[in-house]
Amino acid sequence: MNRWLLHPLAKPVVWLLLGLPAASLVWAALYGGLGPNPAEALIRSLGDWTLRGLCLTLAITPLRQLTGWSGLARFRRNVGVATFVYATLHWSAYAWLDMEWALDALLKDIGKRPFILVGTAAWLALLPLAATSFNAAVRWMGGRAWRDLHKLTYVIGPVALLHFWWMRAGKNNLLEPAIYALVIGGLLAARRWRA
Amino acid sequence: LPGARSNVAGAMLMEQATAYADVTSYNNFYEFGTDKSDPARTAGSLKPRPWTVMVDGEVRQPRRFDLDELLKLAPMEERVYRLRCVEGWSMVIPWVGWSLAELLKKVEPTGNAKFVEFTTLADRAQMPGLRSGVLDWPYREGLRLDEAMHPLTLLAFGLYGEVLPNQNGAPLRLVVPWKYGFKSAKSIVRIRLVEKQPLSSWEQAAPQEYGFYSNVNPQVDHPRWSQASERRIGEAQGLFAKKRPTLMFNGYEAQVGQLYAGLDLRKHY
Repeated sequence: MNRWLLHPLAKPVVWLLLGLPAASLVWAALYGGLGPNPAEALIRSLGDWTLRGLCLTLAITPLRQLTGWSGLARFRRNVGVATFVYATLHWSAYAWLDMEWALDALLKDIGKRPFILVGTAAWLALLPLAATSFNAAVRWMGGRAWRDLHKLTYVIGPVALLHFWWMRAGKNNLLEPAIYALVIGGLLAARRWRA
Repeated sequence: LPGARSNVAGAMLMEQATAYADVTSYNNFYEFGTDKSDPARTAGSLKPRPWTVMVDGEVRQPRRFDLDELLKLAPMEERVYRLRCVEGWSMVIPWVGWSLAELLKKVEPTGNAKFVEFTTLADRAQMPGLRSGVLDWPYREGLRLDEAMHPLTLLAFGLYGEVLPNQNGAPLRLVVPWKYGFKSAKSIVRIRLVEKQPLSSWEQAAPQEYGFYSNVNPQVDHPRWSQASERRIGEAQGLFAKKRPTLMFNGYEAQVGQLYAGLDLRKHY
């Protein structure tokens, strides 16, 4: 397995896989596959993929430790960056399609809806992580400081989950948030247990 | 289910109707699940026949009406109404039915009748959504008697010239076009005239968010979101369609504004 993970083509394949959900959404948007309320469907799908990306990012290290596939480590940053891209698309789709980039309406909405505030905070917290995702940034910061900064992911996961939970709480429709809570909780506990 | 063009003022909206496919696949009908795609998928288990509606309470002639009797009670009219959901989306729907007032007159309300309470079917065998505790079943809604008697208040049996699909509230539902969609109770089994203002299911669940009146009002926000604009379902520009400004009383102010003269709409939301 490690041989495959270290193959030169593994990175492009991983990027391709990470891009697939976005490609399928573009396809759906172009060919009417987003249903009666395409804006709502797009915003929600991008949010779902952001959460899945967070879970995947958090899963890499426990999975590596569990299986001994050390080659997994080289994809951790790619998955993290892809998650940031989905989060940015998710927030931008909301700001554009729902709020039409009207700053006053945006600020009012963020103030009015706690789940929007929490989601926006989670996205903002991803910014420093994305900004330091380059090799040069790791060298410049030093490994320890870089790792400490990127531990922010352990907070962003639960905050993003709270955003989703709150959004669904209006209709008491909490099955999916509960599943994500189990996954994210489990992945964070795996670290704790290991340490 | 054919209907003749309605002569009621405001009943024939001159706007592009929402596609039948969208009207019948994007529904809030929690008895069949809370996701808007649920009812179209799961409402097949509803049996709209045989069906009766009990009309009682403060009336001189309380009685149970059979569906076939209701279908012939008054001439069917086609009415094209805006529908504005409290969640911030809207449609334009050609309904088929007749004014609720026709039925209410038949049962002769007494002087004590001040409000009308509507009760939806709540049968676990037919409605999988009842397992969820999101609302206290059965679903109940209410109107003031003068609102219920208003000619625009429709008892609908069909849409797009066809019998109501199950997910849209078969076999008969209320349509009150100037109020948020949830006021228009679906699959009605009981209509009761009462003296005291009834408690609706949504008022009971979240009184600070859903009031008895729930008139469409762009100036009074929902506590959790703005009501100033709405997204019209199925617009040609698709994803990039601009939202529309929401109209006072959903655009029916000329017809119904006088019902609320002197009422503080901020307090009575």
